[in-house]
Parts: sequence; C-alpha cells; structure tokens
Amino acid sequence: MPVLSYREAIRAALREELRRDENVVVMGEEVAQFNGAYKVTEGLLKEFGPKRVVDTPISEAGFIGVGIGASMLGIRPVMELMFWSFSYVAFDQIVNNAGNIRYMSGGLINCPIVIRGPANGGTNVGATHSHTPEAILASHPGIKVVCPATPYDAKGLMKAAIRDNDPVYVMENTILYNDKGEVPDEDYVIPLGVADVKREGTDLTIVAHGRAVITSLKAAEILERDHGVSVEVVDLRSIRPLDEETVLASVRKTHRVLLVEENKPFCGVDAQLAYLIQAKAFDDLDAPIGRVSSIDAPQIYSKPLEDIQIPNPDRVVEGALKVLA
Amino acid sequence: MAKPIALTHPESLKRPPGPSAFAKDPVNAALTKADKVKLYTQMARIRHFEQRCIRTYQQGKIGGFLHLYVGQEAIAAGTLSVLGKDDHLITGYRDHGHALMVGMDMNSCMAELQGKVTGCSKGKGGSMHYFAPDKNYWGGHGIVGGQAPLGAGIAYALKYKGLKGCCLAYMGDGAVNQGAVHEAYNLAALWDIPVIFVIENNGYSMGTSQERSSAHPGSLAQRAEGYGMDWDLVNGHDLYEVRAKTAAAVKRAHEKSRPTILEIFTYRYFGHSMADPDKTYRDKDEIKDYRENKDPIKLWEKTLLDEGVLDAATIASVNEAAMDEADKAAAFADESPYPEVSDITKDIYWEEDNRGPATNSRGTIIFGD
Repeated sequence: MPVLSYREAIRAALREELRRDENVVVMGEEVAQFNGAYKVTEGLLKEFGPKRVVDTPISEAGFIGVGIGASMLGIRPVMELMFWSFSYVAFDQIVNNAGNIRYMSGGLINCPIVIRGPANGGTNVGATHSHTPEAILASHPGIKVVCPATPYDAKGLMKAAIRDNDPVYVMENTILYNDKGEVPDEDYVIPLGVADVKREGTDLTIVAHGRAVITSLKAAEILERDHGVSVEVVDLRSIRPLDEETVLASVRKTHRVLLVEENKPFCGVDAQLAYLIQAKAFDDLDAPIGRVSSIDAPQIYSKPLEDIQIPNPDRVVEGALKVLA
Repeated sequence: MAKPIALTHPESLKRPPGPSAFAKDPVNAALTKADKVKLYTQMARIRHFEQRCIRTYQQGKIGGFLHLYVGQEAIAAGTLSVLGKDDHLITGYRDHGHALMVGMDMNSCMAELQGKVTGCSKGKGGSMHYFAPDKNYWGGHGIVGGQAPLGAGIAYALKYKGLKGCCLAYMGDGAVNQGAVHEAYNLAALWDIPVIFVIENNGYSMGTSQERSSAHPGSLAQRAEGYGMDWDLVNGHDLYEVRAKTAAAVKRAHEKSRPTILEIFTYRYFGHSMADPDKTYRDKDEIKDYRENKDPIKLWEKTLLDEGVLDAATIASVNEAAMDEADKAAAFADESPYPEVSDITKDIYWEEDNRGPATNSRGTIIFGD
C-alpha cells in the first residue's frame, strides 16, 4: 500500500473529489498560485485550473460567506483557512449562517460546505495563531467537526466531509502534515461519527482526538514498557457527530479512563465526554475519570514551555498513573 | 467633530413629487395595464399584511421582533418586478415585503410570525428568517450585513454554473459600516460577480440617524467608487424610477457580470421594530410629511389614476381584497398548531433528517442530558 504524508493524503482526497464532482471548488488564501501556505493544495491549480482552485484575498468573513452562499445553490466549496485561528473574524458566517440556515428555513436549505485548515498549538507562533476551536464550534447544533489524526483518516474523512450535505469543519494539524502512513489509492470514505480504536488494551482507556491521539499512543508505549500497563487508545476522529458507543464499550472493558485533548480545559471536548461516561457507564468505573489538557492560559510563545503547555507523552503518562493508582 | 458631508439625493427627490421622469424607460413602457394594477395590488398586499401584523403583535400573539416594511413597499415591488427566472435575492431582517413580492403566501408568513408549524419555516425562523428557495429567495437574515457575502456567493454560484442571472443583496443603511459588507463589495468587484447590493436607506439605523453613523463622500452608494464599482441613487417613492434603475443594474450584471450598488431612498413609518417606541430620535412632523406627501403606494395610485389605468372602484376592491386576505391569514395562523416538542430537533442536519444507507453520518449528533 502506498505511504503518504498527512498533507499528501488530504491532497489526494481533494484531487479525487475535484475529479469526481464538478461542483467541488477549492478556495482560500494562497491555495492556487502559491501552491498552499502548507503545500496541501500543491499542484491542484495546474491540474484543475483557476475556476476550480481559487485564490482569495485575506478576507475570511467575505470569502467564507461567498462559499456558504454558493453552497446553498449546490456548489461544494472546500474552503481553506490558513489557520483555524483566523475563523474568528468569520465567526458570524461560520456559525450564524452556515450553522443555522437549515434550521431557520425549516429544512428548506442546506449548506454542503467544508472548511478546513490547521487548528493547533505547538508551533511557537503565539496565542493568536494557536487556537483549537473544535469544542467551540461543535457546541453549535447544525455544525459538524472532524479532527483526523493519521494520513489514512485524513483522506477518508475529508472525502466524507466533501460529500456530506451539511457544513463540515475539518481541523488539521501543521505538526502532523509530515507524518507518514499507509493510504490506499482506491476510493474510500470514512463515515463521520465513527471512532477508531488505534491501540487495544485492557487496563486503561485513553480517549483523544487529533494530534493528542499520536501523543497518547507514545504515552501508551511508555506505560507498557515502564509500568506494565495495557492501554487502549480510542481516536474519536469526529467530534460531532460523536461515536459514543465505541467510547463506552472501551470504558466497559478497561474500567478506567483518561481523557486527553489539546484544548484548554474549560468546556473542552473532554468535558462532554466526562459527562457522557459518568452518565452512561458510572457503574463500570473503578476510578474517577482523569484528564490531561492544555495548561489553562493563552498559548505561550516560548517553545520549551509550549511543549509542556500542550499535552506531551510525559504529562499523559503522569495523568494515566493517577487514574491507575 | 467635522461637519458631516451632506447627503446627495437622487435628482427626482430634490423636487416635489410629480410625474416620473422614468415612465417611458423601456422597462416601464413595456408594462401593460394589468401589470401596473398588479404592482399596485402587490404593494397594497404588503401594506395590509404588515398592518394586520401590528394588530396581531398587539394581541400578544407575535413574540420577539417584528420589523415592519410599511413605507418601503416600492423597493420590493420595483426591484423584484424586473427580475427573470435565474435572478435571485437575499435580504436582512426587514424581509416580509420581499417575501410577499416573490409569491410567498400570506398564510404561511403570518403563521411563521406566531411560531406555528404551518409557518414558512415551520415556526423555526420567525419574522427575520423567511426563506423560499423555490422562489429564488434565500432569506431573511438577522445579523446586520451578514447576508451581503452570501448574496455575493449566490451570484458566484450562478456564474459558476454558466447561468445568466444575478442576485439582489438587500441591506439597510445601518449595514453599510459592517466589515462583512465591505468584504463582499471587494470580492464582488474583484471577481466580477453579478450581484447588486441594494441599500434600502430609510435614514435610520435603528435609532441612529445616518449623519450620526456613516462617513461618506456624498452618499453611501458612492463608496462603490473605492472598489471600482458602478453605483446609482434611486428615489424609492417612485416605482418607475426603482424599476428603471434596477433594470439597468440587472442588465450590467447579466451582460458584463459586474456588480452595482444601488442606494434607494425610502422611509419607514413605524419604529425600527415594534419594540421601538419611536419617540426619541425623529420628529413626528417628518413622519407625517412622508406619509402624506411621499407615500409610494399613494404616489403610484395617483400615477395610475392620471394614466387612466386605475379607477376608484378598483382601488377599493384591491384594498378590500388585501385586507380580507390578511385577516384570513391571521385566522389561519390562530387556528394552526404549534410544532411538537419532537420537532425541535429536526431540520438541523440534512444527513440526520435523511439518515440511511446512502448517508455517511453515524454516531450521536443531537445530544441530550
């Protein structure tokens, strides 16, 4: 099976969907001539031309609004945000318009739009460029949020997002762009709302999404090697819809849970998960639910400190040992 | 603070109302007598619907906001009556006039105001959120100026599909200072998008007069020059003029795929919404002057009487029929049921409403306690 980087896997998804459906349009800042700020869209302009791959000015509220308006008439725009942090200047469009129009029209209109781009800290760029808004956005009914952790998932989820008839916001991670993994050439789609057990174990369940999955897998190795603990790692892949059953099944198997995410703790995705687990699997728990998230402050610039602020394998191991104590 | 630059008005507004200079414009010369009576009927229907809404609101049956269109009818009637089958529209929250004009029925519009399941949005949108995509009407948007980029996007889609159409994106004069509006202007001009931004300038953004809210070089539409766009000023009390100047912008959109900003001068007789007591920011005599001397329906009525198109009997019957239709709509709304509690969680996601083997959605998407 071919080995692709996370970046190449997303590009493959975009290319295949651009070929499959003439209504798919890739739009965003620097996606065409510049070949993408992170080279995700490299070569797409050359293959598909300027009607299908469109450079926009730095004008997020404007061009995302244009994409939403076009999607109401059946165009399937795939909008790149250079950073999800920049979505904040387009919040009204992303939430009020894309997220509400189906409901407010009594189901008459739908917005098949994808907004994608990196949403992560850890790159030494300061607070304004390091937001992880998946919990903020997923708290709005009408919106779907997807956070792929691996190249295989990135391609399959991106293709599902593009074919989906609702607004789907795909949050990538610049630190993962060079990660490599096996990605089939053939057309495959990973349905939204299906979690994936990335590592099987019996003593502890770690639930994570995005890069926190990779961090948790590293921690699981340390826990097995140094502490003889068998850890199961559940990758949510999709935040909304959420695969509650896979999470609960793992909890019922291991009886101990650690939730890991790169969000800040207040009202993070894990706050919802912790509620879910205590409501539906309380009797299966042998210990209080543990949690490792980013240290609660705006993202710090200083690199050695930022590497501690975001969950790293050491912090996850420490959190796991507390749950196992 | 520097003295504000005086607003330039369209030429016809500088004179007392009289015969329209645009009566012989080709788009108006083509109107049959029946067309002209129909325009009168459409404006009368909008007015009587709105006036019936006031009563229903005062009866406590309409919650939330109710922004009335009374006084502005010639804009919806004039602009929308020159559109063709591939032309679309989107507007802000003062959206009832456009809805009736595109053919949405009074019953579903009135029921929506009362939050009934028979409403045009099944009671999920309310006054500010009417939609009729089957009639090319894309709402009905509550956040000031937020619809401007959507309007550009609709027009973008028409162009992408190779259709010779355009989108009218309406807003009030209070919307013109929103960033999203300027971003839409820039993209429309940059990408040759066939969108027409229609500023319905009624002089007040809620309770703030235009002089206190907008810096401009002489008019709000003239800001178009900063984007290399065409623009025009329109007397919104003269139906012929609204039609003629809109038709010119539509032609520009269809033939050159170029955007336009039209600033249409108008006036609202009631407060910003029914929640506005309308006592602090404008003079009663000003309202009286507009009602008595510049009312777009009265002026159109006079025009048609002078042309021999209308007579007193027709005027009476048209207005009686419109009042009767509005009364029946209110009764229909009264008698209609509210949505069920189970309806609250429907119409959120297409994939959820159509869940099946063909859809890609799994898992939990609506969360409970």
